[in-house]
Amino acid sequence: MRSAPFLIRDRSWPKLLPALVVIVPLFAAAFILAVIQSLGYFPLIGLRSFNVDAYRSLLGNGEFWQSLLLSTWIAVMAALLSTVLGIAMALGIRKIWRRSGRLAFLSQLNLPIPHVIGALAMVHLLGQSGLIARLGHATGIIEAASEFPAVVYDPFSLGILAELVWKDAPFIAIVALGVLGTVGESYENVAASLGASSRQRLRHVTLPLLVPAVAPASVIVFAFAFGSFEVPLLLGQSFPSALPVLAYRLHTNVDLGVRPEAMALAVIMSLVVMAATLLYLALVRRVLRKDQT
Amino acid sequence: MTATKETNRVTSPSPSPFRKPSRPRRLRGTGGGRIAAVLIVAIILLPLVPLVINSFARGYVFPQLFPAEWSIRAWRIVLATDGGTWEALGWSVGVAATVTALSLVVGVPAGRVLGLRSFRGKRALEFLVLTPLLVPAVAVAIGLDITFIRLGLSGTFWGVVLVHLILAAPYAVLVLAGVFANYDPDFEAQATTLGASPLNVFRHVTMPAIKPGLIVAGFFAFIVSWSQYVLTLQIGGGKILTLPVLLVSTANGGDASITGALTIVSALPVLALLAVASRHVVRAGLGTTGT
Repeated sequence: MRSAPFLIRDRSWPKLLPALVVIVPLFAAAFILAVIQSLGYFPLIGLRSFNVDAYRSLLGNGEFWQSLLLSTWIAVMAALLSTVLGIAMALGIRKIWRRSGRLAFLSQLNLPIPHVIGALAMVHLLGQSGLIARLGHATGIIEAASEFPAVVYDPFSLGILAELVWKDAPFIAIVALGVLGTVGESYENVAASLGASSRQRLRHVTLPLLVPAVAPASVIVFAFAFGSFEVPLLLGQSFPSALPVLAYRLHTNVDLGVRPEAMALAVIMSLVVMAATLLYLALVRRVLRKDQT
Repeated sequence: MTATKETNRVTSPSPSPFRKPSRPRRLRGTGGGRIAAVLIVAIILLPLVPLVINSFARGYVFPQLFPAEWSIRAWRIVLATDGGTWEALGWSVGVAATVTALSLVVGVPAGRVLGLRSFRGKRALEFLVLTPLLVPAVAVAIGLDITFIRLGLSGTFWGVVLVHLILAAPYAVLVLAGVFANYDPDFEAQATTLGASPLNVFRHVTMPAIKPGLIVAGFFAFIVSWSQYVLTLQIGGGKILTLPVLLVSTANGGDASITGALTIVSALPVLALLAVASRHVVRAGLGTTGT
């Protein structure tokens, strides 16, 4: 580890600059502008004073809390299910994955497919007149479309979760397969030769190996699920809606007076995600440290 | 991380937390793997099936399992030259290609520093680069809305490219940092010693070594831009109608056959890219940068 001036002494910093210029200023500007506008400074509609009215009215609104709960549920469940299923998927195909180019292609097939398409696919797969419901009718399990359980536009967001997990479990699997391919087997074979059962190997060797790479990936899934807009827009119930949908609705409201509330919501969403991320990463680091001793 | 590869020969059984040190057990064979693979691929493909059926169907109502009548009507409409599809395809390809090129241009030098060097504050810098991926895109979109209007960037090609870059460049930087972490810059020094110019060093030494990483980084930058919906909707202001924007408005129109055909048109270009990149994604094993 060298000291900070190293970047300057070594003249490495000009290499970092273009990336930082592209990523940071606009992003920081978006956040700062949202904060300013959320505090009621909105010259466009004649608001020039600073106050916390927008936050007060947002936090006093029942819909906000219901939306927050819904988005948290979606994000936690999507991250949890994607991680568990992604790891299971990786363990299932790790032996044959590298040898088959076709399998590598097919198992990543939905990686580049936009969420808009995934969401529309779920409408036609899981909706009450979707493919599964039709299969149910063809096999005599249901008589009418209305008998098919509502898993799209439903209160538990099952359609949203199905889409997010469908997209993100393979993402986690690829991350896990990357680790298993580089370091996995040697450690597991050592454990096996020392007499570890397959369950012990999984618990004490394989999973700890996966944590350092899979944990950050699952954070990305969590954050994405929390902030996803088009998926709850296309698959969610209309009330309460996920936070990003609520924010967009407030922002595009014909009543410009609620704009500060939209901004306040944008700020709150961003802070919640960052706090959750840091908390989660700290937790993972602690678990890792505990596992090493 | 490859330094541990040779440690799998253990001669003396040291005290271990595991049960009795008995006969070595090998990891399981591939029989189960094949079944798992078939099952996984089936689950991945299943949601796309109704979209394909819909695109070739006419009057495909419940409870028909297969359409009573097949038709290419939807395809005719979607592929018609006066429809919005080709224009949307043009916007999508134009924006995503520009975003990809710019992401690689800024990503290679930054990835090189982050991958090869270690310095104080590196973790913080990596987190800073990652932050835009964590914050909801809606927040960025509405935060920049008025400013982009005032700067005249709203509803323009470059405005959309700029906001897509906030999300695409971090992927490129992180993938390339992972690539450079396994890169040996000594080969460049040797080429220089042998009299190669900096440009030739890059073309004949650096470039071939990082090419798989470039393909993966470019692939991710492209699909991030290609998939963007709310940023394009908000900053594009209804003028930059990329495929996702057109798709949502088409889906709201309620014609499932046309929607189906348009989803396939939107998916095919990136699936073709995946066919090129997938082997490299396998090898690069993204996420192993250890951030």
